[in-house]
Parts: sequence; C-alpha cells; structure tokens
Amino acid sequence: MDWLSRNLPYLLAGISVGGQYALIAIGYTMVYGILRLINFAHGDIFMVAGLIMVYASASMPMYLSIPLVIVVTVLIGFLVERVAYKPLRQAPRMSVMISAIGVSYLLQNLALYITGGLAQQYPQIPWISDQVLVFGASTKRVTVITPFLTVVLVILLVLLIKKTKIGMAMRAASKDFETSQLMGIKINSVISMTFIIGSFLAAVGSLLFFSNYTSVTPTVGTLPGLKAFVAAVFGGIGSIPGALVGAFIIGICENLVMLLNQYVSFDISNFKDAFAFALLIIILFFKPTGLFGEKQTDKV
Amino acid sequence: MSNILEIKDLSVSYGGIKAVKGISFEVPKGEVVTLIGANGAGKSSTLRSIVGLVKPSGGSILLNGEEMAQKTPEQIVAKGITLVPEGRRVFADLTVLENLKVGAYLRKDDLSEDLAWCYDLFPRLKERHWQLAGTLSGGEQQMLAIARALMSRPEIIMMDEPSLGLAPIVVQGVFEIIRELNRQGKTILLVEQNANMALRTAHHAYVMEVGSITMTGTGKELSEDEAVKAAYLGKARN
Repeated sequence: MDWLSRNLPYLLAGISVGGQYALIAIGYTMVYGILRLINFAHGDIFMVAGLIMVYASASMPMYLSIPLVIVVTVLIGFLVERVAYKPLRQAPRMSVMISAIGVSYLLQNLALYITGGLAQQYPQIPWISDQVLVFGASTKRVTVITPFLTVVLVILLVLLIKKTKIGMAMRAASKDFETSQLMGIKINSVISMTFIIGSFLAAVGSLLFFSNYTSVTPTVGTLPGLKAFVAAVFGGIGSIPGALVGAFIIGICENLVMLLNQYVSFDISNFKDAFAFALLIIILFFKPTGLFGEKQTDKV
Repeated sequence: MSNILEIKDLSVSYGGIKAVKGISFEVPKGEVVTLIGANGAGKSSTLRSIVGLVKPSGGSILLNGEEMAQKTPEQIVAKGITLVPEGRRVFADLTVLENLKVGAYLRKDDLSEDLAWCYDLFPRLKERHWQLAGTLSGGEQQMLAIARALMSRPEIIMMDEPSLGLAPIVVQGVFEIIRELNRQGKTILLVEQNANMALRTAHHAYVMEVGSITMTGTGKELSEDEAVKAAYLGKARN
C-alpha cells in the first residue's frame, strides 16, 4: 500500500496530463488531416482560453464563465482560420505555415499586452479542483476526471466523423478537395467545422490543464502545445486515435521520469520534457509515419 | 428539341496560356454529345470550366437558359450539372455506399429509390456496397464514379475520359452504361480520346484541336469523315 501511494500519483498525473495533451493534439491532427497545415497557433489558442477564464471568472460566476470560455475560444479559432488561413487557400503551403507562426506570435503578444506580462492567477474551479483520495494517494479530482472525459469526447468525435453527413464530408474533403467540391461539399464550411471542433477541445483541455496550475502567462501554451504536437506526430499525424494514444504515452512517460527520479541518486527531473522529444525521435526513426499514420502520397 | 446546356464563346486561360479559345456548342435534352480530340486540345478544361473548377476567362455557360459562368462548383452542382472526373477519383477511404451518399450530398430527400436504381444498373456495386472504394478494380471504380454522379439527380452528366486506363472489355461495359443511361432519358456530355467508341455512341460530336472546335457533325458523319478517320480513328480500322 505504501508503494502504491508513493508511485500512483505519478501514474495518475501522467494519464491525466496525457488526456489534456490529447484534447490539444486532436486539434493539430484534424487541421493537418484536412489542410496539411501544422497550425502553430493552436497552442496559443489553448493559452488564450486560459486567459479568458481568468478574466471571465473575475467578473461572473463559474456556471457562466465556463461556457463563455468555450464559446469565445471556438469563435477565436474560427476567426483565425477565416482571417489568416482562408485568404491563402491557393497559396503555397509554406505561406500558410508562416501565417500560422504569425498568428502564434500575435496571440502571445496580445496576451502580453493585455496582462502586462504578469502571471495571471487561474481561478479554482469548485468540485474539479477538490482533493480526493485514490487508493490512498491524494490528488485533485480533475486528475481522475480528465482521462474519462477525454475518452468520452473522442468517442463522440469519432461518431460525428463516422456517422454524420458533415463527418462524411470531412472525410471526403480530407482526401480530395476538388472531387468533394464536385459533390457539392462546401470546402470552407468543412474547414471551419474542423477549426471549431479543434478549438472546442482545446478550450476543454485548457480548463482541465490549468486546474492543476496556479497561473497563466502569455507563453504558457508553447510547451503543452509542442508536446501535443509531438503526440500527434507520434501517433501518426492525421489520425485521431493516433493522437489519443500518442498523447497518453507522452503524458505517462514524462511522469514516469518523475517517478524514477525518486529512486535514483541524481536529479533527472529536468529531463522530463526532453524525454518526450527523445521518444519522438526514436519512433520516427523506426516508423516515420508515426504509430497509426498511413503512408500516403503528398497532396498536389 | 430544347437545349439543356448552351456554351457560347467560352474561353479558359491558365496564366497567359489560352487552353480554350472561344468555343460554342450545345447539348440538347436527352442526347449524348461528345468532344473528341488529342491530349491538350482543351477538352478537360472545357468540362472543368463548365462545372466551375476553373473560372472561364470569357463567354457564357447556360444551363436551361441560366448563366453558370462565375458561379462556385457547389452552386453549379446544386443547379444540376455533374462531372465524373478524369481518373475516377472515388473516395478510397469511404465505402461504396458512402461514396454514393456523398454523391447525393446536396439532397435532403430519401435516397433509397435512387440507390436501388444505381444498384440495378451496377449490380457489382450492390455486392460490394460495404467495401472501401479503394479496394475496387479500376472498372468498378469507374462504375462507382458514374453512379456517384447519378445520385445527385443531375440535369446533365459530364464524363471526362471514362475509358481511360481500362481494359477493352471494361471500356465496352462503360459505353454500354452510357447508352443505357441515354435510353433512360439522361443527357450526357462525353469527353473522350477513344474517338471510335465515342462517335459510335454520340448523337452529336465536336472535334477540338488546340483550344478550338474544328469540326462538327453527327457521330456517324464524323466517323465517316476522311480527316477524322486519319487523325483520330486510325486508317487501318476502316
């Protein structure tokens, strides 16, 4: 029991942060699936969702703040696509990527301007921030909820993609824009839908993620964004199950480093972040398309 | 007989290059019309501009008298023009049934009657309706591409090189389907390099050369024309 209560928190934290990475990673992987674009601004959308929560909760009750965070984040994700990516639909892919990097810096600097560079204290969300006991190990309730919520959201998403008409249009458009247009599919609506779903999940991920931290800074989205991106590539970019599995593996592995840190005589906790990237390099070395990635010819 | 489609002085340019140089033709209701010509004559560009995938640089495209030029592909498809694209372009990761449903994407009514009709025309698709389209043979994919286009209940079906890359026996099957569809009253605009089969099937034919229409006549007239024989049919054949 003692062994369990000593090590279990790391495993739980790993599963939990894995779920949070997964919610962000799906946004990367879906946008890539349809536009072949790595949306560098996605991690910053996640950060913006955190800031919106800070400001919303300061002036209104939680039951209004949470839906507001989700709605505004979705709106920002939608607008970013319309303003920064849609006008470049016919442009080379490199231009869109540079535009994405531009949006990333824009959001970070806007956040810097609004916050004045000061770390903003993230509110305690009642109930999910409470401490609970799991097999004698104390942890926040959010840690326990996250993996279940993530899996439920992913199942709903997969059902949407497999069973609904818009999902069918998304699958068709992700393979062939031109033929999809011939079927009467509005490509721009499908792309907007992708950004809306991605931003929605990033907003949910942000609510869960920041419940474990005390503050939001303008660059706080970078590292989780990067890890989620690694997770998406690890799982095979474009694949939703891949993003889910990749994110859980990355989350668990980096917390295993922390777990091992208790048993070794020198401090390896600083290698926590490096470990995720090392893992990516190893996987890409043996399987360049990622765990679930399909080999496919590049889009022309 | 009324014309479903009237093309007047249509031009298409890519950058500075004129692919289609002011051509005019019409497709009467219930007929098969074909454009034949060599590679690069502008046949595919013509079809692609009619359906809105490329914006025409000039001229007009009238569907039942309504201007289509400058509309988006979604709007044009909704009005009743459909294109079976060159190279089939079925959605490989979708099942056969899903491909047919995507074909009917803009429809909100019940599809079961048209599905049954398509399965009747193409029994192979019925047998394989649950299979991923990517696993079908080339001929089956061509059938699926045609069936998918039919599911939108178009006013006119355009086909871009439906015989391309298929075995001769399968090509026969494709043209039999085209004739059968026509017997059922469908209007078809067919672009082909297989001039021999196309001329035998079509009521009206146009010969395109470097972006212009150089000859026109009934399918029979053109297939007996000495110049067409020499250029497109191969002298040995007749």
